[in-house]
Amino acid sequence: MSADGPTCYSRLTNEWICKQYLEDFRPEIQHATIEHLEITALSVLLGLVIAFPLALLARRFVRLESLVVGVATGIYTIPSLALLPLMVPFTGLSKTTVVIALALYALTILVRSMLEGFRAVPDEVVESARGLGYGTGRLLVRIELPLALPVIMAGLRVATVSTVALTTIGSLVAYGGLGNLIKEGVTTNFRAELFTASVLCVVLAVALDVVIVLTQRLLTPWTRRGATA
Amino acid sequence: MIVFRDTWRYLTTWANWTGDAGMLHLMQQQLLLTITALLMASVVGLPLALWLGHLGRGGFLAINITNIGRAIPTFALLALFVTADFPGVREFGPYGRAGLATLLALALFALPPIITNSYVAVREVPDDVKEAAVGMGMTGAQRFFRVELPLALPLIASGVRLALVQVWATATIAALVAGPGLGRVITDGFFRTNYGKGIAGAVVVGLVALVLELLAATLQRLVTPGSNGSSPKRDSALSADPSTVAADVG
Repeated sequence: MSADGPTCYSRLTNEWICKQYLEDFRPEIQHATIEHLEITALSVLLGLVIAFPLALLARRFVRLESLVVGVATGIYTIPSLALLPLMVPFTGLSKTTVVIALALYALTILVRSMLEGFRAVPDEVVESARGLGYGTGRLLVRIELPLALPVIMAGLRVATVSTVALTTIGSLVAYGGLGNLIKEGVTTNFRAELFTASVLCVVLAVALDVVIVLTQRLLTPWTRRGATA
Repeated sequence: MIVFRDTWRYLTTWANWTGDAGMLHLMQQQLLLTITALLMASVVGLPLALWLGHLGRGGFLAINITNIGRAIPTFALLALFVTADFPGVREFGPYGRAGLATLLALALFALPPIITNSYVAVREVPDDVKEAAVGMGMTGAQRFFRVELPLALPLIASGVRLALVQVWATATIAALVAGPGLGRVITDGFFRTNYGKGIAGAVVVGLVALVLELLAATLQRLVTPGSNGSSPKRDSALSADPSTVAADVG
């Protein structure tokens, strides 16, 4: 798809795939990609940090569980383009606004998968650990968490991939990473910019997904052995 | 905070609700978009997924279409549609500017939850039930309509319900590419630094989303009688793998 002239983007030629664009706008593309990664990573991490104690609480108190799951579903129902403006009065037009909103979405997925994961731990395993003298803390870290990990990691994958896609909406408050390029591409009818940013979004999502899968294999070697046997 | 006062003032001024650019008209437009797109996706997705589920083939695709859909930003797809020669930004009947582009993008994003849930629903019908149906001499079509479909209905309904909420959310994003719908109140407010208006739009969009979710949940309960006790169990059995249930927020 090489251009006939020296460049494939101009007022007359407006091609979707354009190498010249990649070369000319390299710093801009890099900056947007890094911002995108940063927002995604911060959001998912913040979501994880809040989701974990919430899941533990919900597991301990049965009545809290339906409340937590209900609120999570409620948050998940609110469209992202509506959630962002609702945050603005508190955090302004900043990166924080985007990160908090995205963390809320990630949180709803993560809490649910954590509860699901803990539920998947067989009762007899927990009981034998108790019989061996494991206290609550050690039981959680050594027995329950590792056994719940595959389900939690599945939730983490879903949360991460959707956060990468949702980050683009952050362009409403000018912090959307690659979403900013997409928005600019639409308003200025710049096809190469729009297409490159869109493809990069999908590439980022797939790359992060692969990273999580590999991390999970390292963390839970027993599931791999089980799969090949 | 002053912003909230502006928001309240915007919401309580009747003039903001009426007229061509009023919120009532935009809401009606977005509801129309949502329902049309959902119907389009159901007409294409339901028969396909149910048929595949009945045959027990194409599982890889039916499950993974959700993952693929999740990785593609709605905004990016909308932007590509709007910028391309077709469908572009042309007016499309009552759907307004960039109506066709929005409808196509919405229908595409409604497909994954519908396909995955319907496929899983039919596949999850217990084997012994299916075998009993074969033993009774039922033909393939009879098995499908009298056994598999009734048993799969609760899950199919929850897939459509998921899609409904998701399509409403996605329809809001159309405003980012100057498309139709209530999202326009939000983007307008932001681009003109009239944050009260932007937040007012967000409140309305969020409230309608919650109402839609509640309505859909009630409707689902009515459509699948006798499932009050059993449907949560089925849901949780499915959500053991979160990748099959969680939808895109859009």
